[in-house]
Amino acid sequence: MASSDSATRPADHQRPRGLGSFLRSQMRNIAPFLTLILLSGFFAIASPSFATLDNVGNILTQVSVTGIIAVGLTFVILCAEIDLSIASIANVTGIAVAYFTLQESYVNIANVPMPGWAAILLALALCALLGLVNALGLTVIGIPSFIMTLAMMQIAAGVSAMLVRGQIAYKVPPLITTLGSGSIGGIPWIVIVAAVMLLGGHLVLTYTRFGRYVYMVGGNREAAEFAGLNVKLILGAVMVISAVCSGIGGMLGVAHFGSAQQNEFDTYLLDSIAAVVVGGTSLFGGRGGIGNTIVGLFVLGVLNNGLDHVNIDSFLKILIRGLILLAALIINVYAQRLREQAAD
Amino acid sequence: MSQGRLPILELKEITKAFGGVEALRGVDFALHAGEIHGLVGENGAGKSTLMKIIAGVHPEFSGRFMLDGKETRFRSTRDAHAAGIGMVHQELSVAPDLTVAENVFLGNQPTNRLGLVQWRRMAREAGEQLSRFGIDVDPMTRLGDLPIGLQQLIEIARVLFSGARLIILDEPTSALSPPEVERLFTTLRRLRDQGTSIVFISHFIEDILRVSDLVTVFRNGRKVAETRSADTSKGALIEAMIGRGGETLEHSYTDDLMLPPSGGGSVVLKADQLSFGRSLQHVSFEARAGEVLGVYGFMGCGQLELSRILFGKLKPDHGTLAVDGAAKTFRSTADARRAGVALVPESRRAMLFHQEPVYKNISISILERISALLLKPVTERAIAKRQVEQLQIRPPVVGLDLGMLSGGNQQKVALAKWLTYPPRLLVLCEPTRGMDVGAKNDVINIVRDLRAKGLAIIVLSTEPETVLSLADRILVLKRGAVVREFACEAVSKDRLLEAA
Repeated sequence: MASSDSATRPADHQRPRGLGSFLRSQMRNIAPFLTLILLSGFFAIASPSFATLDNVGNILTQVSVTGIIAVGLTFVILCAEIDLSIASIANVTGIAVAYFTLQESYVNIANVPMPGWAAILLALALCALLGLVNALGLTVIGIPSFIMTLAMMQIAAGVSAMLVRGQIAYKVPPLITTLGSGSIGGIPWIVIVAAVMLLGGHLVLTYTRFGRYVYMVGGNREAAEFAGLNVKLILGAVMVISAVCSGIGGMLGVAHFGSAQQNEFDTYLLDSIAAVVVGGTSLFGGRGGIGNTIVGLFVLGVLNNGLDHVNIDSFLKILIRGLILLAALIINVYAQRLREQAAD
Repeated sequence: MSQGRLPILELKEITKAFGGVEALRGVDFALHAGEIHGLVGENGAGKSTLMKIIAGVHPEFSGRFMLDGKETRFRSTRDAHAAGIGMVHQELSVAPDLTVAENVFLGNQPTNRLGLVQWRRMAREAGEQLSRFGIDVDPMTRLGDLPIGLQQLIEIARVLFSGARLIILDEPTSALSPPEVERLFTTLRRLRDQGTSIVFISHFIEDILRVSDLVTVFRNGRKVAETRSADTSKGALIEAMIGRGGETLEHSYTDDLMLPPSGGGSVVLKADQLSFGRSLQHVSFEARAGEVLGVYGFMGCGQLELSRILFGKLKPDHGTLAVDGAAKTFRSTADARRAGVALVPESRRAMLFHQEPVYKNISISILERISALLLKPVTERAIAKRQVEQLQIRPPVVGLDLGMLSGGNQQKVALAKWLTYPPRLLVLCEPTRGMDVGAKNDVINIVRDLRAKGLAIIVLSTEPETVLSLADRILVLKRGAVVREFACEAVSKDRLLEAA
């Protein structure tokens, strides 16, 4: 009977893959998670102050701004593109929202005071516009995203410089202040915002048509084009999403730090890219997701925080972070290869 | 002309198998100094395999290989190169961004004692050598700025200057315009007169007859004829290439086949004067509902570009497209899809997502129809299941990663994604290439079903059998132009080859 034939064949087909093959194909998800557990275990043993509820709260707060920025970057990297302008766009958006808010008289900035909602909308419009410029450069002109966003990194830094002219602004609209530095029931708002945005990003990537397109374009761009997808539109959209997420991270970051100034977000570029890639999202596109990014965020967060709890040379910390990042990249590349072997 | 002299290369009883399939069976081949030897045969007849053995690409084979009367074995292309054998492949392997001189000396530029390149010396020597070759260009020009024909001559020149006395040219004329072909032939004749031996592989039989002294014909891994060019004709060579009487189980299409009287319904697609670079020149045709239009031509005849233009991936330099009478300008493949055009490209790599499950591969082109914002995985799987059953895709598991399926089944998946909401026009590139007989028949039946449902279908192929087994009307493309249309008349493989 035909049905018995069809019932036995898939089993035959899958059996030789076995557990080893399954683990190999899941390497990209397992490895970061193991790293996280090992790191946490190490620091918990090495330092009594690490594994406390307070410190868990610290870690969550410390990774929040990176997390918000990394949401958009995950979309970009899933499409096998890169966005180097995220930190600069975060910075300029944070500065812009302060620029449109009335500062104290001793702040020497020619700011343009507006109602809080208008300041927020203008700042969001600014980051969306910069993202749109990235998108047009990438899709219409055809500049590789690496170069295009490198230029945008400089442009956004330039706009920041023009706005603050070396000064520091402190005031942002009340809503931003609350979300950036307030808390509710002991939980910082910024952690809640980061969680909501990460969840939103996950839902979009997993359950919407657009999310599917992102994975397909990243998985095989040529095939996506031959399937009749508007690849340029999708690539453009992810660049705008990335810029807007960066902008939100920038606004809340400014409130969180309590000031808006030049070069405030410089470390966030590397941290965000590291979070996405350490989490196991493939630099070649099409594999990974927000779940991976969350694991990556915690790996970085635990590492940064834990190194402060143990007694080591503070200069050595930078080197250790670099080495861990390198290890994650090696795993990323090997995971891709192992998966391809598992598929053969 | 070369009788009585020892051949510089002599092969005896060469047999070569790839995984149990014999690509060459007991082939003898000899080449003399100062001789141009043409090779003809269908795709897969064995001529390329033989040349790769000569060029050291395939070191494993059985039979005797004698160079200058001495038994020799090449272990690599490097050995062949050292023995003075050079091969120019169909795809140019030049560096377009380097200068002509750098290309001529690629890999062995003259350097001084410090290891610095001696530019002036290199330019002077390149210029001298090229002018001896009949090419008069400034050696410091960027190679990519020169016409393709000249680039090809310079590549041949490079092979020669590196010391080759035996040159293998694989399809050198397919990208050339008639004056460029003429220039190439003049050069080849001069080289022959200087004592160089040349093997010339081509689908263009006229070209072979014009330039070569001897012609060898291959069929199914055997050498079936060797004759002086002056003593044969295009018709005789084609007959030898395809053989009469159908040796295989498959329909060999050697006899006349009647194309049906002009059936077909309304005009679905009208292409008018399409031109694209050097690849297409003023191509016009119509595709009708319920009709399969075949487009046949050799590799490089412009089929690929034509299919891309129809699907909005390439923009034509000139010319217009109209779907159902309305003029269309496709700015993306999504535009073409929404206008009712579907394409299945020739390469599986280009059309499928190997790391994604079968159902996502099938639903990708119709997600817009089945979901507004949120995905509907249950519907997707149901639709995929139906297609998998209808097309008998094995194994029938829609959740399996596509990479686990065999090639023929993958090909069916590529087709399946267009069938749930059938397009107005379906463009198929090489729909049966590399398939076994069973899978081929499946595809043929699927295409016939779709035709019966009223789709307009265009099948583009470099294999005459594919076009003959599917098409109701056939266009022959040659060097980017439509040179012949077969409609409601008798057609056969040799007539197609004759026209192309």
